[in-house]
Amino acid sequence: MYGLLMVVIKEFLQLRQDKKMIPIMIAGPLAQLLALGYAANMDVNDIPMVLVDQDRTPESRRLVERFTGSGYFHLVGSEDTVLAVEPWLVGGRAQVAIVVASGYGRAVAGGAVPRVQGIADGTDANSAVIGLGYAARIVAEAGAELVRARLASAGRAGPLARVELVPRVWYNPDLLSRWFYVPAVLAMVLMLVTMMLPSMAVVREKEIGTLEQISVTPLQPWQLILGKLVPFVVIGILDLLLIVGLARLVFGVPLRGSLLLLVFLTLLYVLNTLGLGLLVSTMVSTQQQAMMFSAFVVMVPMIYLSGLIFPIENMPRVFQLGSYVIPVRYYGNVIRGIFLRGSGMGVLWPEALALFGEGLLVLTLASLRFRKSLD
Amino acid sequence: MSLRKIGAIAVKELRQASRDPLSLAMLLGLPTMMLILYGYAINFDVRHVPLAVEDRDKSAMSRELVASFVNSTYFDLVSDLPAGADLGRLTERRIARAVLVIPEGHARTLAAGRTAPVQLVLDGADANTASTILGYASNLVAGANVSLRLADPAATLPPPPGIDYEPRVWFNPDLKSTQFLVPGLIGFILMLTAVLSTALSVVREKERGTMEQLRVTSLRPSELIIGKTLPYLGISLTATGVIILAARFLFGVRVQGSYVDLFVATLVYLVGALGFGLLVSSLADTQAMAFQIGTVTSMLPAIFLSGFIFPIRSMPAVVQGLTYLVPNRYFLVVLRGVILKGAPLSTYAGAPRWELLFLCLYGAAVFGIAYARLTRKEG
Repeated sequence: MYGLLMVVIKEFLQLRQDKKMIPIMIAGPLAQLLALGYAANMDVNDIPMVLVDQDRTPESRRLVERFTGSGYFHLVGSEDTVLAVEPWLVGGRAQVAIVVASGYGRAVAGGAVPRVQGIADGTDANSAVIGLGYAARIVAEAGAELVRARLASAGRAGPLARVELVPRVWYNPDLLSRWFYVPAVLAMVLMLVTMMLPSMAVVREKEIGTLEQISVTPLQPWQLILGKLVPFVVIGILDLLLIVGLARLVFGVPLRGSLLLLVFLTLLYVLNTLGLGLLVSTMVSTQQQAMMFSAFVVMVPMIYLSGLIFPIENMPRVFQLGSYVIPVRYYGNVIRGIFLRGSGMGVLWPEALALFGEGLLVLTLASLRFRKSLD
Repeated sequence: MSLRKIGAIAVKELRQASRDPLSLAMLLGLPTMMLILYGYAINFDVRHVPLAVEDRDKSAMSRELVASFVNSTYFDLVSDLPAGADLGRLTERRIARAVLVIPEGHARTLAAGRTAPVQLVLDGADANTASTILGYASNLVAGANVSLRLADPAATLPPPPGIDYEPRVWFNPDLKSTQFLVPGLIGFILMLTAVLSTALSVVREKERGTMEQLRVTSLRPSELIIGKTLPYLGISLTATGVIILAARFLFGVRVQGSYVDLFVATLVYLVGALGFGLLVSSLADTQAMAFQIGTVTSMLPAIFLSGFIFPIRSMPAVVQGLTYLVPNRYFLVVLRGVILKGAPLSTYAGAPRWELLFLCLYGAAVFGIAYARLTRKEG
């Protein structure tokens, strides 16, 4: 136990010597929080729109007002022909064009079917779908009003049988995407602090040659491993508290479940990340390799395929099955469960079990490999 | 400045890089891996939402509404609930993402010509998916109302149609998101190969003390700096080529514009990126620190503040202001124009679009500052 303590103290001293490292360990999580809290938002509004009004009647102007008044679009210019729209879209100055064909006003007045065309720049597929969807909704509303007016003038007004959808959104009633993304920062920051940094720290000793010096001391290998890893766990838990606090105070994301349970399940998750970090350190020989390997071969695919940010349901079957071996998948459920749904152990026990089992497996495997690499 | 000396340093750097085949393989294999991840795994189009139904009416009308949800392929029926079931348990365990509750008397209310409310309970924890689901459900209910109107026995004439709306998509009619992501991916990977690799390679020499050895040679600081960055310029350009080839053969994304324009734009951008890598190396003492600084100041902005995945217009005003400082913002506009729309480079070099000019200015400024910092330290 004494030897273990000494290694832990040595690691902390080393971290403290690296004075610039401490602010950076805080700045990292902060930057991620700000990016995911403020910038990550798939909602689209204020779409720049070009208008081609070939009709120029009060009716067509009323339709255009529906667009500009919706808050989804703002008018950046007008053209006379559809062809003239192209430079606007190519240059990216507009994303959508609305074409009101001539004869629109006459059709509205005369009971024929008026026509409207929406053109979207498809290079940003997501925004194009959403923009055209908004346009469809606006045109549909205008159309419904037209139908009502015609029915009324035909003497068939009065109540109509219809189904009304009453949505009730639980856990996040205002549908703020921030509430989804901000807790996810936890999983990513912990990967950075308890996987990548430890792997680099171990490899650094290899690079400088001090690992060999330590390995001839009376220290047991497990004391060495544990001693090197403990400081990162401490920093990881501090980062956890920092993130929970900021999520609450700055972003207004509630923590509905128990903080203690979150810390406990986070420790189970950290078993996995530490194991992975140690595993990486046995596979590489320089810090640069350690960094690249953990960042891009381990972290990025795990985060992308875990459902932490991109929904698993939309992925191909193979990827969906693969996601079951990724610990981030379970931890993501834990985070969202505790933060938003206020879940307790009664719901989260399968996740806890998976994290514990997989963590133990990875850590054991990594320790065996590490001991072998010392011999 | 001697070309021979610059060449010697560049050769040394390349030799060092080639002795580390793992890193080199990662740098060049990464673009393909990322492309596959983005191309196959990232899809915001939501389908097969697990839906539970609590039908308290059990009439032909209510069954028809449920059928319209299930037949849409947007929803998969996972559970038929008895009246008064515990919906909280169901959503908390993520068995269902949405629950449709049809109250008793649904058919009776409709037959009486009144408005019949149905409830949709949504798990809002994933806000994006929940909004999409809500949109689908609204459309389905609107569709149900139209068929209700058509079946209205009181109507003597078929109701007149509304407005005919015809949506068109230009440049990417199939709305494949891979197309959109390729330019962003190039910008992101270049941040990695140009900024991070350059910074780490300089800091490594600092850490090992070989930088001092290099300084006492007859090399001038300028020769050292240029010699050290040249190989990374080569690696970055190779990585760009790999992405373009992979996009072409894996996803059928073709470059619509000219390759010369693409090359020039990438080169201009790389001057700034390499300069930024040098700047980071002048700030960091250890590789771990260089990595952290590089990630926070270049990788994160390249993903979040460039319009790569998340639209800039939806960000708060302050954050939007911040994006003007991110070179990827400009680079992406130019790349998307050249690759997807076939726009000539001149589109972005004068009124009303100045992206290319900004990139030139940024590159000159950053490289200048980094150069000044490094030569002053070493002088």
